Formats: sequence, structure tokens, C-alpha cells
Amino acid sequence: MQVSASVLILTAVAACCVAASHALTAARWPRRSPAATILLWQALGLGWGLAAVGALAGLGGAGRGGAGPGGTGPDGTGRRFGVVGAAFLQAARFVRSATSSVSGAPGLLSVRLAALAAGLVLLLLLCWVLLAASAAVLRGRQRQRALLSLLAHGDPKVPGALVVDYPAAAAYCLPGLRSAIVFSSGTLELLDQAELAAVLAHERAHLRERHDLVLLPFTALLRAFRWSAVAREAHRAVALLVEMHADDRVLRHRSARELATALLRVGAAGGGQAPAGALAASGAGLESEVAARVTRLLKPAPGLSAPALVLVGAAAALAVAIPVAVLALPF
Amino acid sequence: MEVLWEASDPLTVRQVSEHLSERGLAHTTVMTVLDRLSKKGFARRERDGRAWRYRAAGSRELYVTELMLNALDQTGDRQAALTRFARSVSGTEARMLRRALEALGEGTGS
Repeated sequence: MQVSASVLILTAVAACCVAASHALTAARWPRRSPAATILLWQALGLGWGLAAVGALAGLGGAGRGGAGPGGTGPDGTGRRFGVVGAAFLQAARFVRSATSSVSGAPGLLSVRLAALAAGLVLLLLLCWVLLAASAAVLRGRQRQRALLSLLAHGDPKVPGALVVDYPAAAAYCLPGLRSAIVFSSGTLELLDQAELAAVLAHERAHLRERHDLVLLPFTALLRAFRWSAVAREAHRAVALLVEMHADDRVLRHRSARELATALLRVGAAGGGQAPAGALAASGAGLESEVAARVTRLLKPAPGLSAPALVLVGAAAALAVAIPVAVLALPF
Repeated sequence: MEVLWEASDPLTVRQVSEHLSERGLAHTTVMTVLDRLSKKGFARRERDGRAWRYRAAGSRELYVTELMLNALDQTGDRQAALTRFARSVSGTEARMLRRALEALGEGTGS
């Protein structure tokens, strides 16, 4: 069976994205420049999706009788649409002519159809989980807003934020068009004024830069590939980088020490007070999160050098540009 | 909603209005609010002659717990709905964080 060059390139890109993701979760340097690494993560995710769908579609539509690269038909119409266009043309042609006029062996044909179907399923799955995750998030936020409108009140200690009477330490933000920052009354007692201001600044950074939208695709990926360690690690890595990035934003106005002690106090206050079940899901490995952020605040490492940042940017650009080029450009 | 939480029996719109008399709300305003609360499931209403009687569907504590459980929930799915400042932890790690905090305090003193 002949496989076109574009299919090989796309497969290689998809594999490289997975390998790079795996390497990225283990690396230490991303902590030095969270913003740049978040960009790289986004590029890897997008690149992987494009390459994987494209490779399967290309394999499925690899020309009648294994014609030239890009799987173009004899009339050359496929050339104008690249791999995916050719794949769907091939599928349409197949439906029209049934099995009679198709030249390849029956076994080969079924492999192609299976690949095409797998590509289509993957594409639909990726779109579906993104929509489902968005819907779940919107529903959750709506419920939170409804509950907050009944239960929350303001407090002069945290201007602009909502306070809910609850003993355990909890501080979070509710992103969206009608965003809110929420503190439990326990947090107000736990932290002093400077620490509260640092927490407020941290949450405002999340809201201002819409970090929830950064995280959403990775949550969706996690829903789609719950069994995948890479998807799980990727989600956790991006979530941590987003927190670190918001921490960096706080340092423009507040001291690292205020933020670090706030983190330690909120982190340490949880024991025993949170309702049973709330913490049950936090497994091993999560403990490093607060510790990693505190260490980073108190012993800051220098940001990545300019050449290193260029390298990260180039890797991100390549991860997206190669699949786009292969899919869009006629060969 | 506060009025409903404090009352032991289901209240009519008029009774709720009386509780809120110092706010000077119009009868229709109270009716609209109660209607909305029951549509959202926060209040239940039942017929009593020609009037509806409203009561809270769940206690205040129940809703606070739901809100905070959502906020403290650590599972992947709901994480995108909101972003927590820091995870609260328990056991050995909490002890470790407390020690780090103490060390930090000593650092300032010296």
C-alpha cells in the first residue's frame, strides 16, 4: 500500500506533538517563563489535532489506486483542496460508484475507509468535547452565580469581591462576562490585609486575561482522552503554568512574600475543615503545586533568555504551521 | 430569600411583603422575585386557596455547602468553571506548609 508523503509528515507531526508534550511535563524550565510555555502548549494541542485528523483523512483518501502525493484524483480536483479535500472527494466518489469501479484490492479499500472514518470520528469527537466542556462550564457558572446572588455579600476588606460565610479557606474567581471573585469568610479571618490584596490581584489577573479560556481546550482534551496520561499531565501542567503566570502578574504590584504566605496559609488551612469528599479526589502529586509556586516566589529563577524564548516561539509556530501547510497547500 | 429561610411555615406573597415592609417594596415586585426563585428551584410553592404559599426549597447551609463543594472540588471536569487561588491540602503536606510558614516567620525576625 502506498502512503503519500503528506500523510507521513502529518503522522510525524502528531507523534512529535505527543512526545514534546510528554517532555514538557517533565521539564523544569517552563516555570521560568510560564506565558511562553502556555503558548507552546496551545500550539502543540492545535498542531496535534490538525495533524492527527489530517493524517487519518489523507490515509483514507489516498487516491484511486494509490495515486500521487496528496491523494489527488485523475481529474486533479483534489489538488486544489489538499489532503482533506482529496479525502472527501474520494469518499464521495466511492459512494457514487460503490465498489465496482474502484481499482484497489478490497482489503486495501477497507483499510482506507476505516482510516477515513477514524479521521472523521476524531474530528467530530474533538469538536464535540470542546462544545460539551464549554456547555458544562457555562452551566456550572450559571449555578454558581445563582447561588452567589442568594448567599454572598460584600466586605470592605476585599473591595469588589463577594464573601460567603463558610469556615474553610477558599478563594476563587468565576470568569465570564459577569465575572466575580469569591472569598469564604474563613479566608478573611486567615489572611491579613496585605495577603488579601495579593490574592485579589492574583484573581484579577485570571479574570483580566481570561485564563479560563486558555484552560478550556485542555479540559476538553481530558474529557475526550480520560485514559491518556499525556492528556492528564498536559492539563495539570497548563493549569499550574496559568497559576504561575497569574502569580507573576501579582508581583508587579505586591511583594512576593505576601503572596507566598497567603498561598501557604490557604494551602495549610484545608486540613480537616473542608467537607468530606471535597479533598478526596486530590491524589498524590498535587501537593507539589502549592510548594512549587511558593518556591518559585521566594527563590525566583531568571526568566528564559531571549534566544531560548525565540526557540520556544519557533517550536510553537512549527507545530501549527507544518500541519496547516500540508493540509492547505496543494502539492 | 432570607425571609423564607427564617420563617418556619410557608409564606404568602403578602406575608413576605410585610416582613420586608421597611424596604418599601411593591407587592408585585415581591411576587416577581418569589416567582423567579421558585422557577430557579430555590423556593417551592403550593396553592392555598387563591394565593401561593412559598417556602425555601433547601436550607441556607445546604446551598453554602453546594457552593463551596463546587469551589473546593478538585476533579478535572469542573476546574474550568472557576479558578481557585490555591488547593487546600491536608495531612503531611499541610504540616509541611505550616513548617515552611514558620521558617518564613523566623526569617523576618532575624
